[in-house]
Amino acid sequence: MEKTRNNRAWFMVLPVVALVAFSAVLPLMTVVNYSVQDTFGNNVFFWAGTEWFTQVLESERMHDALWRQFLFSAVILAIEVPLGVAVALCMPKKGFWASVCLVLMALPLLIPWNVVGTIWQVFGRVDIGLLGWTLANLGVDYNYTQNPLDAWITVVVMDVWHWTSLVVLLAYAGLQSIPQAYYQAARIDQASRWKVFRYIELPKMKGVLLIAVLLRFMDSFMIYTEPFVVTGGGPGTATTFLSIDLVKMALGQFDLGPAAAFSLMYFLVILLLSWVFYTVMTNSDKAGKGA
Amino acid sequence: MALTLQGVTKVSGAETHIHPTDLTLERGGMTVLLGPTLAGKTSLMRLMAGLDRPDAGRILFDGRDVTRLRVQDRNVAMVYQQFINYPAATVYDNIASPLRIKGLASGEIDRRVRQAAGLVRLDEVQLRKRPLELSGGQQQRCALARALVKEATLVLLDEPLANLDYKLREELRAELPRIFADSGAIFVYATTEPHEALLLGGNTACLHEGRVTQIGPTPEVYRAPVDATTARVFSDPPMNFAPVRKSGQSLDFGTGAFPAGPLSSAPDGRYMAGFRPNHLHITRPETDAMAFNAHVAVTEITGSESFVHVDWRPPGGEPARWVALAHGVHEPPLGTEMRVFVEPRHLYLFAESGALAAAAPYATAA
Amino acid sequence: MAKITLDNLGHCYGGRPANRDDYQLKPMSHVWEDGAAYALLGPSGCGKSTLLNIISGLLIPSEGRVLFGEQDVTRAPTAKRNIAQVFQFPVVYDTMTVYDNLAFPLRNRRAAARYVDIRVKAVAEMIGLADRLDERAQGLTADAKQKISLGRGMVREDVSAILFDEPLTVIDPHMKWELRTQLKALHREFGHTMIYVTHDQTEALTFADKVVVMSDGEVVQVGAPAELFERPAHTFVGYFIGSPGMNVLDAEVEGSMAHVMGCALPLARRYGRLSGRVQIGVRPEFASVAETGPGLPVSVTRVEDVGRHRVVRATIGGVEVNAIAQEGQSVPENAEWLRFAPEAVNVYADGWLVEGEAA
Repeated sequence: MEKTRNNRAWFMVLPVVALVAFSAVLPLMTVVNYSVQDTFGNNVFFWAGTEWFTQVLESERMHDALWRQFLFSAVILAIEVPLGVAVALCMPKKGFWASVCLVLMALPLLIPWNVVGTIWQVFGRVDIGLLGWTLANLGVDYNYTQNPLDAWITVVVMDVWHWTSLVVLLAYAGLQSIPQAYYQAARIDQASRWKVFRYIELPKMKGVLLIAVLLRFMDSFMIYTEPFVVTGGGPGTATTFLSIDLVKMALGQFDLGPAAAFSLMYFLVILLLSWVFYTVMTNSDKAGKGA
Repeated sequence: MALTLQGVTKVSGAETHIHPTDLTLERGGMTVLLGPTLAGKTSLMRLMAGLDRPDAGRILFDGRDVTRLRVQDRNVAMVYQQFINYPAATVYDNIASPLRIKGLASGEIDRRVRQAAGLVRLDEVQLRKRPLELSGGQQQRCALARALVKEATLVLLDEPLANLDYKLREELRAELPRIFADSGAIFVYATTEPHEALLLGGNTACLHEGRVTQIGPTPEVYRAPVDATTARVFSDPPMNFAPVRKSGQSLDFGTGAFPAGPLSSAPDGRYMAGFRPNHLHITRPETDAMAFNAHVAVTEITGSESFVHVDWRPPGGEPARWVALAHGVHEPPLGTEMRVFVEPRHLYLFAESGALAAAAPYATAA
Repeated sequence: MAKITLDNLGHCYGGRPANRDDYQLKPMSHVWEDGAAYALLGPSGCGKSTLLNIISGLLIPSEGRVLFGEQDVTRAPTAKRNIAQVFQFPVVYDTMTVYDNLAFPLRNRRAAARYVDIRVKAVAEMIGLADRLDERAQGLTADAKQKISLGRGMVREDVSAILFDEPLTVIDPHMKWELRTQLKALHREFGHTMIYVTHDQTEALTFADKVVVMSDGEVVQVGAPAELFERPAHTFVGYFIGSPGMNVLDAEVEGSMAHVMGCALPLARRYGRLSGRVQIGVRPEFASVAETGPGLPVSVTRVEDVGRHRVVRATIGGVEVNAIAQEGQSVPENAEWLRFAPEAVNVYADGWLVEGEAA
């Protein structure tokens, strides 16, 4: 439904516009500026054109990081979404325990990201960490600082621990909005548990689940703090994701030009993928209504 | 002193929600917007209130153009189908809220709250409760009092009784004309039920697919609908129809020709004849009634009355489903053939375009 | 199909009622005959939904038994009861087609595909959706969705009963007529036991062979529509059924005369000594106003023209009374007297109907 147009409302959002311009647009412009210039220091810049872009696009390192990034996002989506839905389905619908579950679920979301990293870094250490020590004593050869697979598992498990709650909370909200009559009708129709899920719960959760997928994808694609704290991108480059690589390039090696070009393309990739996700999900919704 | 809509139009995408509409609603009067779901009742009300801006046309209040005026500046009150109150505040505070926003003195607020509460029959005990502790009917009374207390010049009620039990609806509906008469504002009341429009009286505007088909005093619209659409919208059970050819002194239905009686003066031609269920009789009312052979499809009994649904098949034509409303309990066996009767004075003749060609003589005589 | 027996059935949330007022559903016994159409009529909060939920198995009663045929199903889950239910808001499986929606209950019971196809097509024909089987259910109107809910109930040939929980709430008046008559025709044709819960007297009376009127968790009267109209067993039934409801006036009854506010009214039956609060009840349909007596002196407040008849609203000693004037019947301008047809006057003691003797 259309709302009344009122131009005075724009004055209200003006401060926000100014703030966003200052905090986002200006830095972005700086990045654009760096990405097409070269410097040898002393604030002397040379026009570099598309050189940095070409260099980054052809760089093996960038390809590897991008590939790792996709793999990581795919893995955590494949785990977190089904797991989140499953947990939401198991949670009590109302009463005291429902509140308890909700608070428990919200806890990981309240912990700062670097703290999450630190927790898991300590947790996984073979010498003093509960997890690492236990595994080592069980005879499992686990060491995330040396074994790439262990590092991956640690980072993935950490992300699942940290973010599945978000999917749970969204899915739970979706489930709560289903009227009881649907479940009653399904019982009368003798629908199996799977069919109730497939034909009632999943369609009703679809909207929030797509939001969950979008949020988790964007977040995971930009992940930095936790793996940086735990593995620092290692061992080797095993867990060097795009953002870690970017920081290494910009701050570690001070290659501002390539780093700027890199971050611009990074930004565009995220924008493009989010747009694709969004279009796909809204279109499938429309098709459903139109039929 | 009136609200005037001049050529007001609302378009959304490729769809026209409200076709150009001209309406004048007098102050101190009540207008029922009658039409099925999605006929445009709510859209029209939103335009009147200023919640939506028309894509064309003007809205005048007492001659002043308010088309571009925001809803906050218009002194409008609205009551919805859902019982919308502030759940955390008492009924008293709910009713007082629009006055507090205006910044009136507390003595004046108290006086007006009590007056409004008295009008909708909420007592002292109920005023101290919270809305959710009241019954549905009382919750809607609270919402109604909040709309009245503002002394708004325009009060819009969007199917306010639809969520209430049948009996509560009946009770509140019986009181509404009195409440409206005492207030002096312009009342607009949307409903899907013809019966409700008749009980409320006042004026009725029939809506169909975004068009006001007719507006006038309620009994007049009911007795002299300008077209078949209005007649269909404003009848419950639905009006019965039969194709007929009128020539000279006779009405030919294909299954038999009858003397046209009081309809003799209508021009000759093909029409769609319409008649209300209470004018379709299952026993012969008088000798000049027209008789039809039809088959009993369903009977429904309300205790005092029976609805006998019959199928009548004109030769070579589509069968028509008619409803006869008869006093007393009648249960003719299903599927059997029975004779049903209509008097010519109860027939409306509609042209092929749907426009009324000849009103039922009984209605114009009354 | 089978008859449904409620045996001393009562329900109280929490289980242990201290007295009769604690019950949401006061102990009752009732038999729903096989193949009949029933309506459960009452205002919100009267316990009709509680009763429906007990029959459908969503609620286990705190006392008494529910029998389907001879089998005790009091504690059996919904899925084991072979019932179908149509809810207030249409329940359809949005992502499925109309066909799949109708086939769903049969497929869940592992019926053969050929049988499913035959049944679905037959049911679609009955509910008038035969040409829309391939459409997705999501985009349909409320009445079409409600037809699907109904169809899903009818598609199984073995249902014991079809329950309706205010199924026409979201349907427009014109579609209500169509759906209601369709329902009625389906009932006549297939003879399912149907129980229809509603607060709307028109829906209840037109649908049912027998109407069960409930108030305050109690069944007040069970009867055919004409009985409820002509001889309400309780003043509540008189008030609740009929529009406007029955006129009820305090009276003294002696033999075959009633005295209301000093005026004598003849009765068609003779009554013995009555105790408690004595009242007479007369339907507005059997009341008329006149310029002269005899009758009750009233002041007419308003005449409502509702099209096919007029409702004359009047008061007598602060009590509201109504009379209905049929179309063509005149309402005198200066009407001051209200008359009742003697044979239509019912006598009540403490709310309950008193059967007199033929005078």
